[in-house]
Amino acid sequence: MRLPSPPLPKALRRTPPRPGARPSRDGARPNGAVEDLRPGARDGRPPSKGGSQIDRQRLKEQATEVPVSVAGWLDERSGASPFVRGFMYRKVPRGTNWFYTLGSATMFAFLAQAVTGVFLAMYYNPAPQDAYESISHITNEVFLGELVRAMHRWGATVMVILIFLHMARTFFFGAYKYPRELNWVIGVVLLVLTLAMALTGYLLPFDQRGFWATVVAVNINASGPIVGPYLADFLRGGSEFNATTLSRFYSIHMLLIPVLIAALIGAHLYLVAKLGTTAPPWMKAEKAKALSREEV
Amino acid sequence: MPKQHEQKTKQSPYAADRGIPAAYDGETVTRRRFMELNALTVGGIASAAFGLPALGFAVGPMFERTTRPGYAEVGPEADFTDVDYTPKVITIVDDVGEAGKATVYVRRANPKLDRDDFRQPYVAISNRCMHVGCPIRYVQASQRFICPCHGGIYDFQGIVIGGPPVRPLDRFRTRVRDGIVEVGQRFSVTDALDEMYAPRDPSNHLNGLWKYLYPPRPTT
Repeated sequence: MRLPSPPLPKALRRTPPRPGARPSRDGARPNGAVEDLRPGARDGRPPSKGGSQIDRQRLKEQATEVPVSVAGWLDERSGASPFVRGFMYRKVPRGTNWFYTLGSATMFAFLAQAVTGVFLAMYYNPAPQDAYESISHITNEVFLGELVRAMHRWGATVMVILIFLHMARTFFFGAYKYPRELNWVIGVVLLVLTLAMALTGYLLPFDQRGFWATVVAVNINASGPIVGPYLADFLRGGSEFNATTLSRFYSIHMLLIPVLIAALIGAHLYLVAKLGTTAPPWMKAEKAKALSREEV
Repeated sequence: MPKQHEQKTKQSPYAADRGIPAAYDGETVTRRRFMELNALTVGGIASAAFGLPALGFAVGPMFERTTRPGYAEVGPEADFTDVDYTPKVITIVDDVGEAGKATVYVRRANPKLDRDDFRQPYVAISNRCMHVGCPIRYVQASQRFICPCHGGIYDFQGIVIGGPPVRPLDRFRTRVRDGIVEVGQRFSVTDALDEMYAPRDPSNHLNGLWKYLYPPRPTT
């Protein structure tokens, strides 16, 4: 005995066609909901042998509509498409070249650092007695640990190099000039934060090099007049390198600065999209023909 | 004919200026402005309620005196001479393993050699370079302390004779108990070896007017 199929929820039920309207070919409804895909569900008939070919065809059509429907559903509720379209398809000046990809390259270096860093944090232990052990555990025992740690370690260097190249490009192309000064300032803050990441991350393996580099770096901070000694105390969490110094650096490295960098990258990108990019300096401004004719 | 409802006009010069009716007589702030201020105040208090304690939590250690271990034994008096230094390892900070240990160069005070006014029975010199804090090493052949990082050189008394360091090497208080030499708190010194200061960071000047740029800290 075959039981009748259970009633469909209203959202999935097909709207009856309006009088005189042509039946829609696809399964997508205006609000993005997709009608029931089960063969025979629409009219309650058991699937027939001859109908399976048609059913499969219909399923295929509906499957191709799924991404569109999902995007439609999201767009209807967020109104994001004008913004996304404006951001993705904005016009760039003639002469735009590979140097213009350095900013994106830096951002992807940051994303790689963020992702590998999150996973390194699963194994890392920021206690003075255990930090080095946990790092050698990651390097020598964890599956792909050496790769992930190397990506983080070398990615840091790559990010610093890329951010400097990006800054050089901006400088030599004159892209820091009005109205983009604010974006230059944000970029400089991002540079400083990136270097602060490099400094705080250097201590975390807690080997001899990282330890003494940190001692030197903190004492360089201490050499500032008036505020220097207090700044050094803040960084160490006391007057000597102590048990909280490492976790302090760890927290700055993995929570405080990454959040700031992510937020400032957002602001940086917003301004890039808002103001547009500059043409390279060797591109001549196009003369309006009508004007040049009048000049003669 | 029914008497028409008379609308009472609320009087307020503040609201009249802006061409809007007042909510009550003598109004001095619009409802909208009042609510804005309310929202800002409440938001500010809420942010401060978690922000200020968190900030205090982060900067708190700057204002606490760092606890240091007391006197540590470094060996019997027979271990030391008064013409040369003997390296000994002491613990400066507990619970951080090797990172909390430091080498101290110890010798018996020698009135013929010493020019300092510290009146310690033993001279215990810290191995922390006064440039940016690298570990220095005592070279017996030249009777000098030499820093491997940036070339700081100190003489037998720990006074800078070359390189970038800004003041003589720090020392430790010493005492002798039952024939055992003990090393205590660190102190910083001036070029003339005549004044003891609470320990300063490497790179902090202590001579002349320079010292006012590097004030003592609550942690030491």
